[in-house]
Amino acid sequence: MGLHQEEEHHPELLHHFAEAEQQRDAASLGMWVFLATEVMFFGGMFCAYLIYRHWYFGDFAAASKSIDAKLGGTNTAVLICSSLTVVLAVWAAQTARKTLLIAMLAITMLLGLAFLGIKGKEYKDKFEEHHVPGASFSFEHVPIPGHAGEYANPRHAQIFFSLYFVMTGIHALHMIVGLGIFSWLFAMAWKGRFTPEYNTPVEISGLYWHFVDIIWIYLFPLLYLIDRHP
Amino acid sequence: MQIAIPQTAERENYLNKEYGIWSWLLTTDHKRIALLYLVSITFFFFIGGFFALLIRLELLTPAGDLVQADTYNKLFTMHGMVMVFFFLIPSIPATLGNFLVPMMIGAKDLAFPRINLLSWYLYIIGGALMLHCILTGGVDTGWTFYAPFSTNFTNTKIVEAGIAIFIAGFSSILTGLNFVVTIHRMRAPGMTWSRLPLFIWAHYATSIIQLLGTPVIAITIVLVAAERALHLGIFDPKLGGDPLLFQHLFWFYSHPAVYIMILPSMGVITEIIACFSRKRIFGYHFVAFSSIAIAVFGFLVWAHHMFVAGISVYSALVFSFLSYAVALPSAIKVFNWTATLYKGSIHYDAPMLYAFGFLGLFTIGGLTGLFLAALGINVHVTDTYFVVAHFHYIMVGGAVMGYLGGMHFWWPKISGKLYPEGWARLAALIVFIGFNLTFFPQFVLGYMGMPRRYYDYSHMPEFQVLNVLSTAGSTVLGIGYLLPMAYFLWSMRYGKPASDNPWNAAGLEWKTASPPPTFNFDQEPVVTWEAYNYEELDTPPKPQEVPVGR
Repeated sequence: MGLHQEEEHHPELLHHFAEAEQQRDAASLGMWVFLATEVMFFGGMFCAYLIYRHWYFGDFAAASKSIDAKLGGTNTAVLICSSLTVVLAVWAAQTARKTLLIAMLAITMLLGLAFLGIKGKEYKDKFEEHHVPGASFSFEHVPIPGHAGEYANPRHAQIFFSLYFVMTGIHALHMIVGLGIFSWLFAMAWKGRFTPEYNTPVEISGLYWHFVDIIWIYLFPLLYLIDRHP
Repeated sequence: MQIAIPQTAERENYLNKEYGIWSWLLTTDHKRIALLYLVSITFFFFIGGFFALLIRLELLTPAGDLVQADTYNKLFTMHGMVMVFFFLIPSIPATLGNFLVPMMIGAKDLAFPRINLLSWYLYIIGGALMLHCILTGGVDTGWTFYAPFSTNFTNTKIVEAGIAIFIAGFSSILTGLNFVVTIHRMRAPGMTWSRLPLFIWAHYATSIIQLLGTPVIAITIVLVAAERALHLGIFDPKLGGDPLLFQHLFWFYSHPAVYIMILPSMGVITEIIACFSRKRIFGYHFVAFSSIAIAVFGFLVWAHHMFVAGISVYSALVFSFLSYAVALPSAIKVFNWTATLYKGSIHYDAPMLYAFGFLGLFTIGGLTGLFLAALGINVHVTDTYFVVAHFHYIMVGGAVMGYLGGMHFWWPKISGKLYPEGWARLAALIVFIGFNLTFFPQFVLGYMGMPRRYYDYSHMPEFQVLNVLSTAGSTVLGIGYLLPMAYFLWSMRYGKPASDNPWNAAGLEWKTASPPPTFNFDQEPVVTWEAYNYEELDTPPKPQEVPVGR
């Protein structure tokens, strides 16, 4: 006991696992389980959103129309591209293409930063338009789309913006955490730590990145595209 | 019960392998982390208990004379928050579960040892924040921190307590995550799903609830904090929000959370009953899947906390029906434990006394739960001491009894020492008597109409007799809790050394040394037998007992 009898012991294999495959399976399952908890975490907000959208549909539609769908759409495209580069990074790690791996991790991070930049621009616009909930919130005389002569109730619109900021804010927080993880991956990849035998961190961080993308895929239509007409 | 084997040199084990504070604070050994948790939750248990004693002292007399109304509100709030989030939720999973889950399935450690240590640090950070919150004024909303009182009105430290619970929640999530992955991926060869001890099944079900429930309370706390800071209006009816939404989100976690607290205890009881009646558990698969069923049904009953809050009658009917449904798997467990006892060779050792206590008290707690699930009676007894008594029969009579029973059962394995059996039986008896004396009068009080959370009942002095009984019981109960702590500590130094398997129990954890070596087993175990093979353990004479020269 305590003696490492095995001669060919991969340096990344932790003592309590019998073999590398068990370690990889455990890490992968662990990430999937963690993502299940994330679904529930966002689930509470989606639940609140659906209830209030059902109650205050017109007000939500009016408020939704005030956020910039073009910027949101661009961000959707940015994230979908980043998902592609993540997949390529995982493939590069599995097939020992170090340069490609480093390049793909870098592009992923740049796309992530671009997303956050565009998001920041949207937040700035909202701030200038007094659409941030709180003391200076103002949403007077905004017509409800498709109902001539009717105006949105500012209080109900404020609930929309509250949910908008909480949901996209927590999503952005996940993006920032993702950027941190990918910076670490980048450093490890630079040192050549990932091989076809050992690339679990790339794979499970990729799962996390995809998950954060998928959340956005739901957020975008729910927040930006309520009852929009050309 | 067995002869201590004199040893010339102490074997190397997880306790004596390394010494010094850092060997504990930086350990990734699940057994050491279990002990870290044990010390921390015991600390919070006594803080929560201190608040409980003050509550009982205040209610000794009808007049509100010991503390002021505001202080009383804070007392029951802090009692609830500390006991629920910092004692009951981590109690069995983080201590006994942490210690035993890898050993019972024949693994060297949990799948993610560093995350396991992280979970303890998160718990400590959350706990420190909670202590700071208590010392600088506390919270007065009740542990449920209902909106809009918590978001718009109270001027106590909601946000700080919320952050403390948020952080402790992540510790709970990480424990659950570790257990699920460990049970899926780390089982020894031959340890199939239907050979798993039922303790493992119970922890698996618990972990599912921790994983799927806790994130919802986390986001609820975020929304409460945001609402309090920025007046978003999500829970504020004045701004178009809905306080009922808060209750739905809160109870979506907090009802399943009571199963986080009781399921591990059921797992402990199953192990104890099998061992001390020397029989295979009756209906193994039913007991295993009833744990999963409780976890699933437990997510579908939350609105029975809201029958009088103004939810629709149809929704109340459905939730009432589903609340009855969750009684089925619980009843399956009780019947199967009883059937296991039938014609068993029963030993009345201290762990078994706790198991018997659990059986009776959990049954009373469960049946009164059905009273509360019935819409008509619910309206009558809502917010009375009936609810308080029901809840404590499950949580104290159930969960804590199981926890104490488990601590006694596995103490020889954890410490390598035997506790004094006579004292332990006495303590079990004191806990049982003290518990019933404390909480049974509360059923009566509640049914007579005494509301909970009142510090002054001078308009109804006829309630005093039962309140005096309850307060007297709580001091007896307090002694019952101090006793085991005293003799456990005593036994660590003066107790007789325990053999590897003092109870002659089945289960892999008994096949290694007491206390176990750091990686649990000297050789990786290979399982070729079914769980609870007590008939095999007891009937054939063991080959090594046959004298050699015959």
